[in-house]
Amino acid sequence: MKQTGTKIMVQSLLDHGVNMMFGFPGGTILPFYDELSGYGDRITHILTSHEQGAAHAADGYARVTGRAGVAVATSGPGSTNLVTGIATAYMDSVPLVVITGNVPCTLLGTDGFQEVDTTGITMPITKHNILVKDVNRLKESMDLAFTLAEEGRPGPVLVDVPKDVQTAACECCPAPKAPAPSGDEKALHQERVGRYEREFGPQLDEAAAMINEAKKPMILIGGGVVRSGASGQLLRLAELLNAPVSSSLMGLGAFPASHPLYVGNVGMHGNVVSNTLSGDCDLFIAIGTRFNDRIFGSLKDFLPAAKVLHIDIDRAEISKNVLAHRNLVGDAGVVMDALTGRLENVDRSAWTGEIAALKKENTRAFEKTEALDPPVMMRVLRDKIGDDATVVTDVGQHQMWVALHVPFEKPRKLVTSGGMGTMGFGLGAAIGAQVGLPGNKTVLVTGDGSFRMNCNELATVAHYNLPITIVLMNNRTLGMVRQWQTLFYDKRYYQTTLDRGPDFVKLADAYGVEGHRIDTLPQFEAQLEKAVNAGRPVLLDCRIDIDAKVSPMVGPGRPITDFVLK
Amino acid sequence: MDKHTISVLVDNQSGVLVRVASLFSRRGFNIESLAVGATHDKEISRITVLTYCDQRELDQIASQLSKLVCVRAVQVLPPDKSISRELLLIKVKTGSERRTEVMLIATAFRAHILDVARETMTLELTGESSKISALIALMADFGILETMRTGIVALERDAGTIYHTLREE
Repeated sequence: MKQTGTKIMVQSLLDHGVNMMFGFPGGTILPFYDELSGYGDRITHILTSHEQGAAHAADGYARVTGRAGVAVATSGPGSTNLVTGIATAYMDSVPLVVITGNVPCTLLGTDGFQEVDTTGITMPITKHNILVKDVNRLKESMDLAFTLAEEGRPGPVLVDVPKDVQTAACECCPAPKAPAPSGDEKALHQERVGRYEREFGPQLDEAAAMINEAKKPMILIGGGVVRSGASGQLLRLAELLNAPVSSSLMGLGAFPASHPLYVGNVGMHGNVVSNTLSGDCDLFIAIGTRFNDRIFGSLKDFLPAAKVLHIDIDRAEISKNVLAHRNLVGDAGVVMDALTGRLENVDRSAWTGEIAALKKENTRAFEKTEALDPPVMMRVLRDKIGDDATVVTDVGQHQMWVALHVPFEKPRKLVTSGGMGTMGFGLGAAIGAQVGLPGNKTVLVTGDGSFRMNCNELATVAHYNLPITIVLMNNRTLGMVRQWQTLFYDKRYYQTTLDRGPDFVKLADAYGVEGHRIDTLPQFEAQLEKAVNAGRPVLLDCRIDIDAKVSPMVGPGRPITDFVLK
Repeated sequence: MDKHTISVLVDNQSGVLVRVASLFSRRGFNIESLAVGATHDKEISRITVLTYCDQRELDQIASQLSKLVCVRAVQVLPPDKSISRELLLIKVKTGSERRTEVMLIATAFRAHILDVARETMTLELTGESSKISALIALMADFGILETMRTGIVALERDAGTIYHTLREE
């Protein structure tokens, strides 16, 4: 029996367990939407205000669920509007399957209406992309997209389908792949560990020897640990080694912040303990992180006393930025399990003493006053929402306040644009995060600069009545840029002051979202408590000081022990 | 910075060359020469890239190339254990008076004379890049009208092949 391209596409989505997607229709993707209309009982399509919102929503969905998020758009502006969202997912290794329509094959290359070279534009920001010109290749292309997006180091994959391929039919459609054997996950993992030990025995031995010799080992975790679900292995490893655990922005939550060995963020906005220890350790074990420049600051001054053991699933990350003396390429959980059995119990009490002393010395008491002090607000936020809530951020000062002052106990609870630093990411991502885990509380912490970029998605939030609490850290400026202008540009506040509205409470109201202006900490506590339990979206317009700063901070390109703010 | 030759087996599909070339430009790796051609397997093409880089960068290039879905195999050719050749077409102004001189040089280089016209002569030379460059330098005296070099193509010596590094499907 012949099947149309659109039927094949929708069937592929179902085969891959998709029940939620995000998008915005248009001319060349209409056949697909027409087909999809018959599957409303099995696939929920969230209509966003803008394609960028759809891409970020699919991203947020993927980050909290671990499954590929699906975004759809039409050709031309539809696909170019997805670009920032795709790049954001690419930089943070988030699995996305992006489907775009395109002009019919006969018009490809003729500068047709709403035609753009979608695969050409997205080539450097996707793990792979496919322009499907033959309906016979459609099924395999869709399957490949899901496989590639989720396997190994995840990332976005784009499938561009010309309109006539959607409407064409083909006889031979391969039977849907049998679902992966859902056998015992534990046994499967053990098998992978065994295989890794057989294949990389000598490398494991060398790495273990390096660790056993170390007197002052330190661990840095990144998003790879979250992706691998390796928090258990990490905890075992850290406790066995008595090694302090620091984290990149993407790794937050993979190790419990309340653990005595946890020392927090490292790098430009790393805390004093982490950055200091990195200058002191003799072995630096980096797991599932790609050593972004925000981590190392000045390359030649980074880790002056340490050798580096780099564990990552992507071979190309080894020694890309920071030279690794030894490396283990593989899934973080598998590698750690394979490694742990080879490690000896070494007395490192001097080192743990040093860590504890440094932590004590740098513990800051948070004093509650009337004022809206961002670090205090972050502590209050954590107390009100609990450890299971998802915290989504935009990009800027508020993002760093979250990273520094909201303790994360569990992985996949922070959704933030790390690598790309996409302002305007938050609201879309919060939509995806909320519908991905509908039973979970979802809080978006954003700033007035970021929020105004894509606040059109308030319409989406309101329409679907998504219970998202929006904590808007409103300082009437592009706070992080202002902070740089203060510190590095002699306080020349050019083009950063947002003395122009809108009134965010009124704006929320216009979209049908409840909003409150917050001027004091008690107001914040009271309204936040109500908001997170309201079961509907609420926006809190928190008027913070224009000169509130993110601290600690290290200047760009400087050694990370050289703080400009402590 | 040393000279390195990298062989890449890729899917014989449109857009593959763009992916490989844009990876080099995006990551800031240089391409000294590039040659692409079909292989005995019609599904697969082979690319030979010549690049100047240090060992760490070379590892990066190989790892990054290996991540492309269209790339089946990547082999860094061992310099002392590989054969490389380049092909040159060169059109020189000879007039009738200097034709013999050019022919003599062509013979010395074992270049083929592909075309003789009233005022010009076109030669074909295959050899290592240094030999090609040497001929071009000599021909400059006569007046070079145009040249085309293919970029180097290379294979490993002995029984070893790139297929030993072929990605498992």
